[in-house]
Amino acid sequence: MSSSASSSLPEPPQVDLERRAAIVATSVVGGAGCLAAAVPYVASWGPSEREKAAGSAVDVDISSLAPGKMMVVEWRGKPVWILRRTPAMIESLRVDTNQLADPDSKRTAFPTPDYVLKDPALRSIKPEYLVVVGICTHLGCSPSGPFASGENAQLGAEPGFICPCHGSTFDLSGRVFKNKPAADNLPVPPYRYLSENTIRIGEAPRA
Amino acid sequence: MGLHKTAYRGLMGWFDSRMPSAMNAFRAHMSEYYAPKNFNFWYFFGSMALVALVIQLLSGMFLAMHYKPDSNLAFWSVEFIMREVSGGWFIRYMHSTGASFFFIVVYLHMFRGLLYGSYRTPREVVWLVGCAIFMALMAESFFGYLLPWGQMSYWGAQVIINLFDTIPLIGPDLSTWIRGDFVIGDATLNRFFALHACVIPLVLLGLAVVHIFALHDVGSNNPDGIEIKDRLGPDGRPLDGIPFHPYYSVHDIYGLGFFFLAYFGIIFFAPELGGVFLEGNNFIPADPLQTPQHIAPLWYFTPYYSILRATTEGFLIWIAACALGLGALVYLSVRDMRLRIGVGAATAIVLALLTVPKVQLDAKLWGVILSGASAMILFALPWLDRSPVKSMRYRPAWHKVVLGAFAVAFLVLGYLGMLPPNPTRTAVAQVGTAIYFGFFALMPWWSRMGEFKPVPERVRFVPHAGGAR
Repeated sequence: MSSSASSSLPEPPQVDLERRAAIVATSVVGGAGCLAAAVPYVASWGPSEREKAAGSAVDVDISSLAPGKMMVVEWRGKPVWILRRTPAMIESLRVDTNQLADPDSKRTAFPTPDYVLKDPALRSIKPEYLVVVGICTHLGCSPSGPFASGENAQLGAEPGFICPCHGSTFDLSGRVFKNKPAADNLPVPPYRYLSENTIRIGEAPRA
Repeated sequence: MGLHKTAYRGLMGWFDSRMPSAMNAFRAHMSEYYAPKNFNFWYFFGSMALVALVIQLLSGMFLAMHYKPDSNLAFWSVEFIMREVSGGWFIRYMHSTGASFFFIVVYLHMFRGLLYGSYRTPREVVWLVGCAIFMALMAESFFGYLLPWGQMSYWGAQVIINLFDTIPLIGPDLSTWIRGDFVIGDATLNRFFALHACVIPLVLLGLAVVHIFALHDVGSNNPDGIEIKDRLGPDGRPLDGIPFHPYYSVHDIYGLGFFFLAYFGIIFFAPELGGVFLEGNNFIPADPLQTPQHIAPLWYFTPYYSILRATTEGFLIWIAACALGLGALVYLSVRDMRLRIGVGAATAIVLALLTVPKVQLDAKLWGVILSGASAMILFALPWLDRSPVKSMRYRPAWHKVVLGAFAVAFLVLGYLGMLPPNPTRTAVAQVGTAIYFGFFALMPWWSRMGEFKPVPERVRFVPHAGGAR
């Protein structure tokens, strides 16, 4: 339906430049003021000092971790896995079975830091210890594992981890297999070695 | 197709043909609401009060995202907000300073009513709703003040709730019911939080809307106290009226600039204002076993607190004398025999409750009654004022002196309420109480006395230098 506007509308008034200038100036200053006042309100939703303190680095003692075993520590409310890989596990990772979606960790959704990619098959600073965030890159459940070859029906011959929620599977370097709901390898958190037996999760190695 | 006819085009036209009430409301309340063109300084405070309400709502809701209404956690959650939440200190200071500014603005807004007779016919309902808003505002700040759970919060609430104890028969049970416990504790804190954060804000919002609707139904008063709707132009609009938008919307934004200057100045440079806006004692967690040296309510309650404290045993006889005098005055002013009997009976009862030994109410209870009455008497104002003119401008000069005396008495009572009492201060407070109540109680007589000046036909309006181009 058309509006009732007819052809005999009065002519729009001449634009009063002075008035317009005053309106624009006031709006700009007022807008800047409102924006400035809004900053603390928006910031108040961010992590508070307590949460930032809780989110800071966690030091982990790995001296009692046996080969083939995995320990789970909490960092920023998330589970971080430290898996001590056996030589056999490390060997199996070096075999290219063409089953991985992103074998060289090239994807950028969860960027893998350079310092773990000296050997892309191992994704760690030291070959023996894998450090990854144990949260499936699909929708956030924590996968089960590690399972040895043949130990889990869905994983089959490949050792690794399987996510119970939608069935995504990951190898012993946290790399995701092809044609699974998850598209990305497990995230590697910033971490570095303070000593032979201590890993600090939350800080990258000094360059 | 069921669409409304619209004069707007484009997106506005699409919307207006489907929800015409939106633009209807804008026209009725803003762009085609004709307000008197002679508004002065005193007319900033209405819209400013609305801004203060919005500020309190916004800052309050963000505080509620971090505050914990548990007696073990409350005080610490406020410290958490102040020290650890990003920008938390700013939000907290906006809320505490905002509360004081809300009262400053509301008191000035009410004083404008006294100056220009804004409560007179046909605006009695506007005034009554406004008084209800004032009551709700006092309740809101009382509930809110307990939430930080500091020493002053706790003991202030203790004192005020104990006032309910004085009510004969039901007092102690009522106090326990209000507290939810035999002493102020977690139960009290939780319910005060619900009332402060949810219930009363809704009440305030609703009442503010009704207040504005009631005003717009009859049109605004003005400093000359004449009705601009009495002189309409050929287009049916008041000759002395100008559309609220854009003239007063922009004018009020200008006024807000000064408000924000003072408001943010205090927030950044003196948020505690020497203990007046944020009490020193409230930075100590509440301790049920130890009362601070000196308890006082926040400054905006101090006039009523002063009246409460001024009502001592010795003062009762003076109140009785005044009651007798007032009763006699009313008796002589009414003609109807039944009314006279009623007045006589009421005066006799009041005198008995003040002086007769077995029947007499405690000075403590009389203090509660008087301080309550001092706030409630505002509701009666439209019927107490019998002046033939609305505005102070056209009243005898001495009326302004009377109003001035009332204002000074109110301020002095407020100041005294912040200090610990002593005999001299109590005597001054008693004089102040007498002036305060005298102003209202004697108004039916003094407002009619003296030589009134002729009220002009058109409003007294002097345009800015330069005039029309």
